[in-house]
Amino acid sequence: MADRNNHLASRGGERLYNGIIKENPTLVLILGMCPTLAVTTSAINGIGMGLSTTVVLLLSNTLISMLRKFIPDRVRMPAYIVIVASLVTVVQFLLEAYVPALYEALGIYIPLIVVNCIILGRAEAYASKNPVFPSAMDGLGMGLGFTCSLTILGMIRELLGGGTFLSNGATAVFTIPQSVYTPANIFILAPGAFIVLAFIIAIRNRVIRRNQEKRSRENRKESV
Amino acid sequence: MKLLVIAVSAALVNNVVLSRFLGLCPFLGVSKSTKTAAGMGAAVIAVVTVSSAICSLLYDFLLVPLDLVYLNTIVFILIIAALVQFVEMVLKKKSHALYESLGVYLPLITTNCCVLGTALTNVQDSYGLAESVVNGLGTSVGFAIAIILMAGIREKTQNNDVPESFKGMPIVLLTAGLMSIAFFGFAGIM
Repeated sequence: MADRNNHLASRGGERLYNGIIKENPTLVLILGMCPTLAVTTSAINGIGMGLSTTVVLLLSNTLISMLRKFIPDRVRMPAYIVIVASLVTVVQFLLEAYVPALYEALGIYIPLIVVNCIILGRAEAYASKNPVFPSAMDGLGMGLGFTCSLTILGMIRELLGGGTFLSNGATAVFTIPQSVYTPANIFILAPGAFIVLAFIIAIRNRVIRRNQEKRSRENRKESV
Repeated sequence: MKLLVIAVSAALVNNVVLSRFLGLCPFLGVSKSTKTAAGMGAAVIAVVTVSSAICSLLYDFLLVPLDLVYLNTIVFILIIAALVQFVEMVLKKKSHALYESLGVYLPLITTNCCVLGTALTNVQDSYGLAESVVNGLGTSVGFAIAIILMAGIREKTQNNDVPESFKGMPIVLLTAGLMSIAFFGFAGIM
């Protein structure tokens, strides 16, 4: 029994690592681009969008995994979409009731969580074939990976384009004085989103390539 | 006149892809050749225009009278999924060549956020039937323009000497960023 628990825990941990680092949905799989670029005008918006998506992803993966033996194969896509759409409607109500400011800021992109490819992608690729616990962890990991990328992107855009750090519209944790840095508005606007994301992915590619080169060099040394 | 303003603003000024970030997945994924990009664009135009009309009618004559407005996301996505399935069936029967060439991209239109996005914007801006259809048409034509331009640029630049780290997605995103700056120019015509 203890063995089984260990196995489950390690599998859950592996799913979390996979979602956050190894197969990060935005930076590696390039999924869910629409909310990634649209709402990351500030770090707070990024976190809000990321966490809302995480909640939907966690619940949808859990539910779909529970129902995987009952949903007929032919109608699985419509069934998944209905499940996800219902969950998103619930999240939308919760946001409207408890964090109206965030609800206003995210706007149309909240109902659009339904068509976030990460959610249907994980349902189809993982939750429909695996037991409940790993599926839930997979959803949590992917969601947190998504949240991390969104937060980083939001922070960079906010800092470059608005000169603030973790601002909620009225007050910020700190603001760069205008005399030191004049914010370049373009980073808040649409083109900035594309450009910042391009650089983040390029930097990630470079780090990974460096690591691989280092490893292959070490291997060669050992074989000599 | 109002309809013309809606159409131009949806297609160019507030381009779905380059300024509202809707429909980015196919924009980045299906833009390797102009031929498939054009096919994708045409299919999206058909689906968005028809779904705008149906969703607008359903919203005004079913959801509002029954006080079920909060169900709009679920109803709209089901309509869109059914519509895409229907388009797929019709194309398979009537025009097998087009069906073959669109292949896997057809079912993917369901999860193209510009379809659901347009249906939701129509409702949010309380557009009537005619305005919804025009907005849908304008939006999807904007999508087609963006994806075909992108495919053209990618075809021209695929043999360029890009820095190693920027190969693949980063250079495509940079291109999109530059296109997006260019589309800001259209803001002047409004």
